[in-house]
Parts: sequence; C-alpha cells; structure tokens
Amino acid sequence: MRFAIGVVTLFTACSALADEVNMDAMQMNDDAHFGMLKFDQLEHAWAPGNGVDWNADAWYGGDFDKVWLRSEGEHSDGRLDARTELFWNHAFANFWDWQLGARHDSGLGATRDWAAFGVQGLAPYGFEVEATAYASDQSRTAMRLRTEYEMLITQQLVLQPELETNFYGKSDRAPDIASGLSDAQFALRLRYEIRREFAPYVGVVWTRRFADGARDDTQLVAGVRFWF
Amino acid sequence: MQSLALGGMAAGFGLRPLRAAESPEVLSGSEFDLSIGGIDVDFGNGRRAATAVNGRLPAPLLRWREGDVVTLRVRNTLPTTSSIHWHGILLPASMDGVPGFSFDGIAPGETFTYRFPVKQSGTYWYHSHSRFQEQTGLYGAIVIEPRDGEAHRADRDYVVLLSDWTDNNPEHIYATLKKQSNYYNRARPTFAEKMRSGNGMWNRMRMDPSDLADVGGYAYTYLMNGAAPAANWAAAFSRGEKVRLRFINGSSMSFFDVRIPGLSMKVVAADGQPVEPVSVDEFRIGAAETYDVIVEPDERAYTIFAQSMDRSGYARGTLTPRAGLTADVPALDAPQRLRMGDMMGQMSHHGMQMKGMEGSCGASMSTLRTGPGVDMTVPTPRSNLDDPGVGLRDNGRHVLTYADLRSTAPVGDAKPDRSITLHLTGNMDRYVWSFDAMKFSDAKPLRFENGERVRITLINDTMMTHPIHLHGMWSDVENADGEFQVRKHTVVVQPAQTLSYRITAGPAGRWAYHCHLLYHMEAGMFREVVVA
Repeated sequence: MRFAIGVVTLFTACSALADEVNMDAMQMNDDAHFGMLKFDQLEHAWAPGNGVDWNADAWYGGDFDKVWLRSEGEHSDGRLDARTELFWNHAFANFWDWQLGARHDSGLGATRDWAAFGVQGLAPYGFEVEATAYASDQSRTAMRLRTEYEMLITQQLVLQPELETNFYGKSDRAPDIASGLSDAQFALRLRYEIRREFAPYVGVVWTRRFADGARDDTQLVAGVRFWF
Repeated sequence: MQSLALGGMAAGFGLRPLRAAESPEVLSGSEFDLSIGGIDVDFGNGRRAATAVNGRLPAPLLRWREGDVVTLRVRNTLPTTSSIHWHGILLPASMDGVPGFSFDGIAPGETFTYRFPVKQSGTYWYHSHSRFQEQTGLYGAIVIEPRDGEAHRADRDYVVLLSDWTDNNPEHIYATLKKQSNYYNRARPTFAEKMRSGNGMWNRMRMDPSDLADVGGYAYTYLMNGAAPAANWAAAFSRGEKVRLRFINGSSMSFFDVRIPGLSMKVVAADGQPVEPVSVDEFRIGAAETYDVIVEPDERAYTIFAQSMDRSGYARGTLTPRAGLTADVPALDAPQRLRMGDMMGQMSHHGMQMKGMEGSCGASMSTLRTGPGVDMTVPTPRSNLDDPGVGLRDNGRHVLTYADLRSTAPVGDAKPDRSITLHLTGNMDRYVWSFDAMKFSDAKPLRFENGERVRITLINDTMMTHPIHLHGMWSDVENADGEFQVRKHTVVVQPAQTLSYRITAGPAGRWAYHCHLLYHMEAGMFREVVVA
C-alpha cells in the first residue's frame, strides 16, 4: 500500500501541474501532457482469505506516448503479493496502444522480473482488452489476457464483467503457478458512480487455479473505483 | 426610430454577474477604451472568477458605423497575456488579434491599440483568442450600422448573445476530456438500449451515437446576454412593433437550437451578411455564428428558448410587452441519437454501393486512413445542405438549413482558381482533433496567393458537428451543385458531410483557421493560413 500511496502523491502533483499548463503562453499547446491515476479496483475480499486487493493504472504523457504504470496485487493475512509493471505506452492505431516495458513480481514465492510486451485497447463492440506477453531471464515465459466490458444499467449504475487468464511456460511450485493455463478469473462488479471519478461497488469473483489440481474460489468483494 | 439595448429588463432578478464597476452596456462611436480584467460572478453556485471587459460579462456591446475608422484601446489588467479578436471583421492581419500570428498578445498591464476601417455592416462579435479566456467570459457583441440604413426596418433591436458558463476551471475540463472523453455525456446508451436498438454497427465501430457535445449541462449554465435561465433576460416591445433579434453564439463548445414558441422568425442575415428573408420556426446556431431575425409579436409574452444540441440544458429569455410578464418555458426535447448517415454519409442511403459519388467525394477515398489520431473516416460523405442536423430532423417544426440561406447580393459568385480539400479528423476516445490527421503543431501552414480565389472542400470524418472559421476572409458557401449559396465567416459542417466554399485570399499576412469549438481548437484542430 505504501507504494500505492507514493503513486497517488506523485500523480496528484502531476495532475496539478497539468492543470496549470500554459495559462500564460498564448499559443495553443496541443501536445500538452496530462496525468491520470485510476484505481479500477480497490476492494476488500471475503473468504476464503480475507484481504485487500487492488488493480491500478497510472499514466503520464501526451496523446500518443505515455509512461504507464500498472499495479495489482493483494494483501491478506499480513502477506503482500504484488505485480508491478512499467511501460512505454504508444498509440499505434485508432483504438490500440502497444506497451513495452518490464514487470516485477514481489511478495509470495520467488521475486521475479520480466520483460513485457503487450497491446491494450478497445475491441469492436466495446470490449477493453489487455494482452501482454512476458519473458524472464530464467527462460520463463508468461502471458496474460484480460478483457472487461461496461454495461450501463443507468447513467450511474454500471455492471462490469471482467475475465482474466494467466498462462505460464513452465510450472513454478512456490507462487502457485501451473504450466499452460495457470489460472482464470471471472468477476462481476456492480458500481454506482456518485461522480464519474468515484464509484463504490460490490461484486463477486470466481477464481480457478490449476496448480496442484484444480481449485475453485468464490469471493465476495466490496470496494471503490476512483480516478483523477 | 430604432432603439438598441442589450440589458432589456433583466435587472433585479438576481443570478447575474456581480458587477465590479457599473459601466455602460453599450458603447458606440469610433473611439473605444476597453479594459480586460477579472471579476467575480455568481450564476447560482457561488462566486467564481470570470474574465470581463470593463467589468462586464458579456463584454460591452460595441456599435460601429460602416465607413468609420474605429480605434480601440485595449488595456489588459489580467496577470496573464490577453487578446481580442474581432470575429468576422475584415481588417489587416496585424489588427486581427491572434497572439503569435497578428501580434504578441497584450501583456499584463499593457495597452494595445487596434485601429482599422469598418468595411462591412451587420451583427458580429469579439472574443479573446488567448487560451480559455473566451470560456471564462471574454466575449461581446458588435453591431455595425449599414451606411445606407438597415434594409429591414425594425422598431426594436436587441442583441441576444448566447454563451456557456462553467463554474469549473476550463483547464480542468480540458484535462478531464483527455482522460475520459465522454465524461460530460450524461445520456449515453444503456445496455438495454444497445440490445434493443439492434444497431450493431455503432458497437462494431466503437462509436457512440449519443456523442453530441463534449461538454454539456453537467458543467455548463447556458446564458442569454449573461443571464442564467432563472434570471430570465427580458426584451420589451410595444403592440404592433417589429423586433429585430441579433442572435450571436458566443459559447465555447455549444450549439443552440433556438425558437420562440408561438412566433415565426424571419431570418434576414447570417453571419452579419444579408440573406433573402426566410421564415422559420427554429434554427440551429453553431459556436461563433450569428443570425438576425425579425419577429412581429402579438401583445403577449414569448419565451426565447435556446436548448443545447445535446438537450442537457437551455438558455432562455422573454420577449414581453410588460415588465414581469413571462410565458411558458418549453420542456427540453428528448435527445436524438446520431443516425447511420452521420457515420457513413451517402453509403447509408446507397447501401454498400458507392454510386452517386463525384469529384471531391471520390478523391477523399484514397487519401486518409484511420490511425492513432483518426478514429474513423467517411468513404462517401454526403453533400446536401438541407439536413437540419441531429435532433432537429422530423421534429414537426420548420427548421432553417443552409439550403434556405441565400445571400441577397451576388457577392460570392467569382469562380475559384484552384481547389484544396481538407478533412476534419479526430479521435474522440483519445480526445485528439485535427485537420487532415495533423494537429496544428505538426502541420505546415496553408499558403495562398494574395487575391487568388480558392475553393476549400471540407470533409467531416468525425461524428461531431464542427463550426469552421477562417479569419479575415469570407467563406462563400457553395451548394451541392457547386453554385454560390451564402456568404459566411463560420461554416458548420455536419458529421459525414462534405461542404465547399470559396475564399478570396487576402489581405496578406498570417491568419488563423480553426474549429470554433474551443477545446477542439486547443487540441489541434487549427491551421495557420499564410497569404502572401
């Protein structure tokens, strides 16, 4: 969480700077840089394993090139499990960006570092898609696919299904990783946008892990989605 | 005898700018002293800082006379550089008021003297051309009396200046659009609507048929002559009088659909230039456009109703024979969705056949592709002028279109020497706007020879309506058959529409050419035009 708070502070500063841009200069600045911090998920999860999960993106930059930081993980029973990614995010098509960078896993199991390359964007019919491939120096490979969709029930009440799958090139006993399809997660979150930037939600998350024989978990979650 | 007043009977209703100093609402003559400065205003949600001229929001109405040489001494008391651009006025480039092109802007504490001969008559306006100062209040009306008197006699003469006030910092609005471009759209299709409408094309194309305005009533209070709807700006008339209303859209981001329930409006001028009179129930006015209408009210009150194109709010005033008398304020119309034709142009009429294409339409097919800054292109744009636009189609009222506007004098008849084509492009999701997929900072100036007649063909490859303004020169709009139709300074191009107009390049100098939606302009939908 300390990391997340640091990021929040950094991007508050950036965002304040962006708002000040160019009031003095009378020329237009159509290449102005902006910054955004978005916690898509910051939630408490109940049984099994009470804990706090988060999934956040932060970026800073212009329309087509950004520095992109993505953080996700969980904190339960006093243990922190986190995955942090840092990308150069470049727009290459009308609805698509590629991302080139690195991923760092910390917490449970072995600490690992990966090179990362992926694409993210908006697929036809409005599916938000992230597909990222990873390679580590121990000749490990991994891939993550994530897609989500926003269903407006009203202008403020939004149901968001999300599907995430992780694939690994070889199994890794300590961090609960199986080769091939290692885990899949499907979540449904129902949020109410008090403001577009601030929305509490409740949801349910189904997880299937394939390491050491398949296991299913079902968790109820409640949290808040916010950005600025 | 004509009387000209701006304030009407608005005083005493509250919800109006808190005047820093009482100063005249109307200034006339040939010598003007204008002082740009900050004032506090309150449009219902507490005090906010605004940008004003002589302590007024809107800035004072300036009355000039055709043939005079006007001198305007503009002092800047803001802590930042400022400027005033005289919108639609023919003048030397050095007097046009665009910082970086015409001059360096007016530094804090400095006075810049504008001086130029007045070569035209009609209804115009002026506004800051510095960053977002227009959004924070720096706009005012200009009325130029014709040398030979008004062609259409009226007993009363009022300016109706429409604008969009926000309590937010415009820098914050702009930053928000860059982060979530549909932030201010509070009428997005729900999932049920998406399923019900069965219109897969919109979803497949990742386009939003509710994308009518980037900023709407969630952030805006719509003003009529600086009065919020509750303040009810009012204009007086007596029985049997003809009233001229000079509508000016001085907003930063809003299109207004204007009507006066119970009254037919005779449109007699567009963008200051006389047109063959045409009677309508309603007209759409884009940012920076002006329309003069003449009405003949019975002895009762009427509501002047100007709803925003996205139906998220309205500006409103009253035309009344007695102070305090009001009329019903109509409900906002339901927002309409964009149609297939707004995305596909002619193709939606012709199926997937590409027939009926000619000249410029065909030429557009090869040149432009989608990319990071271009979310869509229109392979076969439509060229008709008789579409009133989304929200006004088939509403049972007689709505003005460009096809109804005909300049009275054959002013724009001269044939063009050459033609150029420009695409209006953008990526709504990334909030990037441009001409020909190139933002201002990436583009070279357009170069015209002084005196040459050029046909500019615009192709709107976006799903938004753009009011395009070329500084310093008339835009002589052609109809679909290539014949001169109407002279304007700001040309509204609808989604998936192609439209052509002729210009006579000149005078020499550096001129601005841009979309008059302020945030589109700041995002890069702007070009420099060099005439040499």
